[in-house]
Amino acid sequence: MVPSSLEAYQPIIGQQAVDELRLLADHFKSRQIHQHVNSTAVGGGVAEILHRLIPLLQELGVQARWDVIKGGEAFFQVTKRIHNALHGEPATLTAHDYQVFLETAAHNLKALPLVGDVLFIHDPQPIALVKAKPRHRARWVWRCHVDVSAPRQDVWRFLLRFVEQYDAAIFSAPQFAQRPLVRQFLVAPSIDPLSDKNRELSAETVQQILHRLEIPTDKPLVTQVSRFDRLKDPVGVIEAFRLVRKTVDCRLVLVGGSASDDPEGAAVLAEVRTRAHGDADILVLELPPDSHVEINAIQRASSVVVQKSIREGFGLTVSEALWKGKPVVASAVGGIPLQIEHRHSGLLCRSIEGAAFAVKQCLNNPGYAKRLGENGREHVRANFLLTRQLKEYLLVVIALEHDTDVTRL
Amino acid sequence: MPTQMAEPFCFFTTLTLRESTGLRAVSIAQLLKGLQAVPASVIYYHTHHYLREHHYLTPEPPNDFAYWVTEVLGDKDLGERLASVDTIQFASLQALREQLIEMIESYLRLHAWYRLRRVGPPEAFHFVKAVNVVLRTPYQAATLQEFVEGLRAVTLDSVYFHMFEARLRLERGSNDFSLWFEGLGESRLAKAVASLDPYAHTLEELRQTILRVAEARLSLGP
Repeated sequence: MVPSSLEAYQPIIGQQAVDELRLLADHFKSRQIHQHVNSTAVGGGVAEILHRLIPLLQELGVQARWDVIKGGEAFFQVTKRIHNALHGEPATLTAHDYQVFLETAAHNLKALPLVGDVLFIHDPQPIALVKAKPRHRARWVWRCHVDVSAPRQDVWRFLLRFVEQYDAAIFSAPQFAQRPLVRQFLVAPSIDPLSDKNRELSAETVQQILHRLEIPTDKPLVTQVSRFDRLKDPVGVIEAFRLVRKTVDCRLVLVGGSASDDPEGAAVLAEVRTRAHGDADILVLELPPDSHVEINAIQRASSVVVQKSIREGFGLTVSEALWKGKPVVASAVGGIPLQIEHRHSGLLCRSIEGAAFAVKQCLNNPGYAKRLGENGREHVRANFLLTRQLKEYLLVVIALEHDTDVTRL
Repeated sequence: MPTQMAEPFCFFTTLTLRESTGLRAVSIAQLLKGLQAVPASVIYYHTHHYLREHHYLTPEPPNDFAYWVTEVLGDKDLGERLASVDTIQFASLQALREQLIEMIESYLRLHAWYRLRRVGPPEAFHFVKAVNVVLRTPYQAATLQEFVEGLRAVTLDSVYFHMFEARLRLERGSNDFSLWFEGLGESRLAKAVASLDPYAHTLEELRQTILRVAEARLSLGP
């Protein structure tokens, strides 16, 4: 999909907000180069956002560029383990692993053109580029997209020696920030309202897609969209659904990506299928990774969207559902409480029983559910759209230029 | 009486970036300690961010301290007291801070055991501060008619800046609109806007209310 121009966002965020972005960007025009560096050009949320963010920055007159580090398979295996360790999962890194990491960093330090006046280094993979700071005087910002609220300490200590060299770090949520080290800004991730996953769909398109996917719409749909992972608790969702169905006739749809190349995912999917076996009101769908429009349609056709995670990074699927005006019932973990103000823009839960109770509240009170959904959509409009993230990246640069709490430009 | 003699009113807007202090609280005692120590910009953030993040809601959710004490620590009594703090009554963030501290301290004098209640790290209160960048918009007004046109055109962030930030954070004593109306010789209009409780409205309602009173004044003629 071709990235959209800023004007395309105007009907969504308003002309005034677009004008405000232009006003802010005027501060940077032809003055600085903002260089973003990450580890992959395709796949993953960071690349997805940068694909859209960089053209928008350029359209605003900011000299923005995006570079990608290179690394071999061994390097990416190490960084995958680092990622898991930052999430607090058991992961062992050997001295050899650290050596692979540092050697790849050294190679990229030679090969990658560092030309930015401001460098946004995304995630742990390119973090060691900051070694170039003494020879490349710029403002260095480490943008951490990972939940580092409870990292494995040995791995965190290894990264910390790089983090401390940055001028600032950006985390997605307050609970991911660390004890004072460098200035730490909080910038939540965002969804793109114009992407296939979130753009408006006509009722006919929604119906056609549901028909193609063989999802009947004769009963209210309760949906969870997430990969088949124990941390997303799909089995707990089935149990909650069965509690709901004792008094409310409805259908559960569990939608996830293909688990064929993920042994653990395949095991979870098998367990989910076993639990759902013989129950015509539970649909388990395994969709290809590019099924954005299909997921969009399923969410739009749902009466309630659930995200009953046990642990979550930011949990942007919540914002995706809220953006479609759906009442969302979600666990109060990770970044989800930032997206849902309990009883105002959705319902938070902490147990299977709590989830079931909240889903029933929504199904039995359509007016209340509608209000939650409407508030949720406005909350996302104000706080979790791509244009807000763009604005905050520009504000980070200004905040680094002026070390005060209130800056007048 | 409307006049063009006053300095033109320049519409500004404010954009907020959140900065973590790295400080957190898992008990009421730690919350109290934090309230006593953090910069005023932290008090400001936790008592105001919902106005913009939830600007579509009326009545608005309580301040973060009240929300955390009620929903996380589970003390509805203290939570209700903290939620009832009437921010419009305070002329400075320091005075607001002192009121919050006094409320918690007096509560703890009566319920000393409450100091012992703690939550786990995932439910900690995180102290965040607001870093604001103030920009001048292209809109300015030399007359009340131009003011009305400008107020219609600016963002809600601009309304927020002139109504909330100017009064409490920049300690200008009143909101910017009322101050300008006074300079214009429009005392009644100034008082009408100053007497609004901005915390009881959504930002859009606030804009529409100010527009209504200003247009009503214009309809009376010079």
